[in-house]
Amino acid sequence: MRRVVITGAGTLNPLGADTAQTCAALRAGKCAIGPLSCRDVARLTIQIGAEIRGFDPAAHFARNSLSLLDRFSQIALVSARQAVAQSGLEIDAALGLRAGVVMGTAGGGNLTVDDNYRTVYEEGKNRVHPLVVPRLMHNAAASHISMEFGLKGPSWTVSTACASANHAMGQAFHMVRGGGADVMLTGGSDAMLGFGGIKAWEGLRVMSRDTCRPFSRDRSGLVQGEGGAVFVFEAFEHAKARGAEILAEVAGFGMSADAGDIVMPDQDGPLRAMRAALADAGLNQEDVDYVNAHGTGTAANDRTEAAALRVLLGDHLDRCPVSSTKSMHGHLIGGTSAVELLACVMALREHVIAPTVNFTEVDPDCALDPVPNEAREARVQVAMSNAFAFGGLNAVLVLRSAP
Amino acid sequence: MGLDVMQYDPQIEKRVKEIIAEQTMLDPAEIRLEDDLVALGLDSLGLVECIFGIEESFGISIPFNANTPGEPGFDMSCVGAIIAEVEKLVARQPA
Repeated sequence: MRRVVITGAGTLNPLGADTAQTCAALRAGKCAIGPLSCRDVARLTIQIGAEIRGFDPAAHFARNSLSLLDRFSQIALVSARQAVAQSGLEIDAALGLRAGVVMGTAGGGNLTVDDNYRTVYEEGKNRVHPLVVPRLMHNAAASHISMEFGLKGPSWTVSTACASANHAMGQAFHMVRGGGADVMLTGGSDAMLGFGGIKAWEGLRVMSRDTCRPFSRDRSGLVQGEGGAVFVFEAFEHAKARGAEILAEVAGFGMSADAGDIVMPDQDGPLRAMRAALADAGLNQEDVDYVNAHGTGTAANDRTEAAALRVLLGDHLDRCPVSSTKSMHGHLIGGTSAVELLACVMALREHVIAPTVNFTEVDPDCALDPVPNEAREARVQVAMSNAFAFGGLNAVLVLRSAP
Repeated sequence: MGLDVMQYDPQIEKRVKEIIAEQTMLDPAEIRLEDDLVALGLDSLGLVECIFGIEESFGISIPFNANTPGEPGFDMSCVGAIIAEVEKLVARQPA
């Protein structure tokens, strides 16, 4: 089987409009959570979130293409452009046939759905924009990426709630490793900070009204954000042959299902996914230098994830930092693990571990080192990134320093 | 004063018990004021559904965050406590 490396990365998320800005914010421990600005915000119980601010779609897309692009597709396309540019790939007709895209999203064109429901139900209109369907479909972002770059190989979208991007990137890894493609653009994006999206999440009673404090004893729930990231996954020999700069190696991937509760986290399912990812990478528990946790900041997730990590790593957990960058960029739902993989790449390349911010108090039920509030320098050669979705579907990626 | 001798508004008591019974798959008559919701077999999803059902039935808002269930604001230690809290919230509503 072939080795798979990352040769490009791009992002648009609440912390920054590219990877440099995002990594600077991750190093600085910046928290992008603030007041929501969506329509009818006064009717929401939850009025905070991590919004992408200052993004002008008209600066990135032609006017006549914007009607096709929901915000989740805009985020994906902007990220993909950066990733392809960084990779230095020239995607000609021959490579296009050997290249594809797999993206993750939980909500797809949720804002488009919300806006058009308003049109027909609230405003009572009997006509909606003719392109509502291609704009809202979950595969819109993947399709636009494939069209923009002429990627004619295997291309699709996966939707596994909060693990969507990790499932997508894991499948891209498999595709390149198995020889189905030489290059895959992959990641995830979501944009659900509209009235309907937040209102639905409010119902679960797991959202925080103040901020996101993963692993902190006084944590009060998750905070939703919007954004995503896209990576270029490439066969190692292909990248080497063209002299590409390699950001990291994708070493392993593991998946599992809890087959338990639809929302309550489980210890065994995540543990099996983490074990599978390490086994896939041919690595031992002690090899893990950093874990980017799922770390949503809910009482149940963080306690359960900490317990699973203790079983996985044993005493090594006392020496292995575990941070949740959701404390800074919020929970980007289907796009979150793509942005979190950036934190892993930063740890491998720059030897800086992003902190868990807003951390105030150790929780004895979360006996791990959350890298509280300040980034830390550390020699990191192996990083693990966790994503555990509602529905009990778990996906874990393991990255290794560039070969 | 023990819960068993407290006086509840019979309509509120009846409706709250019906809502809990719906989620716990019990007969409303089987639900006692001193029962604890977990002991009745209510899981976390059932709990948020009960809260929603109560809010919709009485037109009230119940302060509850699953991450901080122990926070003061709404006593859910047993069925009777919930009924008492609902009565307070209903009484506070503008006529």
